[in-house]
Amino acid sequence: MFRAFVKKEFYHILRDKRTILILLVMPIVQIILFGFAITTEVKDTPMAILDLSKDNATRQITERLAASNYFTLVRELHNSEEVEKAFQTGSAKLVVVFSENFQENIIHTGEAAVQVIVDATDPNQASTFANYASNIINQWRMENGEWRMNQNNNSQFSTLNSQLRIVPEIKMLYNPQMKGAYNFVPGVMGLVLVLICAMMTSVSIVREKEMGTMEVLLVSPVKPIYILLAKITPYFALSIINLTTILLLSVFVLGVPIMGNLFLLILLSLLFIFVGLSLGVLISNIVETQVAAMLISAVVMMMPTMLLSGMMFPIESMPKILQWISVIPPNRWYVEGVIKLMIMGVDAKYVMKEFAILGFMAIVLMTVSLKKFNIRIER
Amino acid sequence: MNAIEIKNIGLKYGSVVALQDISFEIERGELFGLIGPDGAGKTSLFRILTTLLLADSGTATVDGLDVVRDYKQIRNRVGYMPGRFSLYQDLTVEENLNFFATVFGTTIEENYHLIKDIYQQIEPFKNRRAGKLSGGMKQKLALSCALIHKPSVLFLDEPTTGVDPVSRKEFWEMLKRLKAQGITILVSTPYMDEAKLCDRIAFIQNGKILSINTPEKIIADFPYKIYAVEAENNYEILKQLRENPAVRSVFSFGDSLHVIFNGELRIENGQLNVQTEKNNYQLSIVNCQFKEITPTIEDCFMALVNE
Repeated sequence: MFRAFVKKEFYHILRDKRTILILLVMPIVQIILFGFAITTEVKDTPMAILDLSKDNATRQITERLAASNYFTLVRELHNSEEVEKAFQTGSAKLVVVFSENFQENIIHTGEAAVQVIVDATDPNQASTFANYASNIINQWRMENGEWRMNQNNNSQFSTLNSQLRIVPEIKMLYNPQMKGAYNFVPGVMGLVLVLICAMMTSVSIVREKEMGTMEVLLVSPVKPIYILLAKITPYFALSIINLTTILLLSVFVLGVPIMGNLFLLILLSLLFIFVGLSLGVLISNIVETQVAAMLISAVVMMMPTMLLSGMMFPIESMPKILQWISVIPPNRWYVEGVIKLMIMGVDAKYVMKEFAILGFMAIVLMTVSLKKFNIRIER
Repeated sequence: MNAIEIKNIGLKYGSVVALQDISFEIERGELFGLIGPDGAGKTSLFRILTTLLLADSGTATVDGLDVVRDYKQIRNRVGYMPGRFSLYQDLTVEENLNFFATVFGTTIEENYHLIKDIYQQIEPFKNRRAGKLSGGMKQKLALSCALIHKPSVLFLDEPTTGVDPVSRKEFWEMLKRLKAQGITILVSTPYMDEAKLCDRIAFIQNGKILSINTPEKIIADFPYKIYAVEAENNYEILKQLRENPAVRSVFSFGDSLHVIFNGELRIENGQLNVQTEKNNYQLSIVNCQFKEITPTIEDCFMALVNE
């Protein structure tokens, strides 16, 4: 009997061509979109230069900036009016202005003005641009201090300069290339899984209520648990397919390695899938229409999941009250666990907390949704 | 033991009374009709009997089993066809039937003899999706699915609503044959003309049972004389009759009007006179024929509703 039920569920899913396409293609599109289009990495930012002195020093700095991966020199400007125009037409996101007699000033006074103007409509990006640009300029200054002193024999400045030579060495742990993919792959995994497990499962159970087939099923010897398990099974299978796709894509296309134990990662994912499925069943118990099921999944689950799971905004910088709320979405714990296992490659004992919380959620949710499953129909 | 026993069942949706002190019994092997307009409470009563809803008051048994306590056993042995087409539209005819057979722990082959007459008519389309069937074929499939496990009691909630007249006729013939196999059938319908095809009927209106009897007895017990009027302008006549104090009730009925008077109708010299207890009314209606007729089930229902 159970087999017939599962077969029926697979028919439902496989015959709804549009949905199955969305379910299977969505994770791929999401991974690729996040991976290549929506990225916070600074790469090839259009840069313009207004060089009023045109000497050796400014040329060297310009070359350095242009040679870096971060910036591409798109234009050389000739006067200050053109600076604003460059921003307004959008041809440049960053303009570097060298003052007149740049090299002269450095040699004689040790001071010269360089201005970095950044389009700050996106403040995060703007400060990243500014940081990168000033880093490159500073680096040039460090390296060329001696060249200048040799030319000038300015002993006073050379001591000053050597005092300033404190160069912090920054080491980027776990993600040395600062790739955005390291951050969003776990997030997308959580998102896709919760979408398929919670949303699709709840919609498919509620559809039976809406179509009236649930009435017929209830007036039959089928145990409620069979109805639920049969509903869950195909989405469980789909989730595993998607999990595999995401992992393969992120390893082979985005180059995000799986540093930790693959077995533990899969185990954690299975646990999370189970939590999602029980959430779906729970939602289907509460609502009566497919639209309501979709809305609840989207508004009550997807939004907090995206905003509070740490995928988009760091939890540590949220107001306290949001930090407290953020412990509720299971995604938060899953994403945290995936980051630990996949990116940081920690030992099992460091993810015990995530396993325990998700396990607890799974047991509670499954128990509640089974208890709440209506063996009769709503008035 | 009766197949169905209902005692003082009451049900409310919030403050709206859906069923009010309903009591009646249905014998084994009976084809029982629950007749009433939309919103009368037919579906609610069906859901209580099929263990889908809990009544606020009263008790009911199906096959001697209590609908609340023994709901599991009842679900094993009744067949239920809800008012709305409730099969899987994206599964084919055969897949639907197969699924429901499996759900009830049986196979199509085992009980094929039960559904043969019905299923044969849709078998040529067995690979068609249920959603693509016509109304009549959908009903046949739904009935096949409800019958596949050889239920002892069959609940059919408005099975012929939205079905063409030919299919409706066929459907009732099938019910007769099922009854002959000893299956108790409770069927609800808003169509009065189907009532006379039942062994017994119950009129239901606003959650109350108005009358229970065989269709013949209900017609025989009709307390009034009823006349049919045919005229060229039925609407004008209807208006005139409605205003006349001698007229108890008048309803439009197809091409004619059915009229009940408050007293004895006499025709003298082409003049219509109605003698009530107190007065003698003259009706000034010309160019039409008043003909006494046997009441239909609908006349009986309307008379009951009016009281």
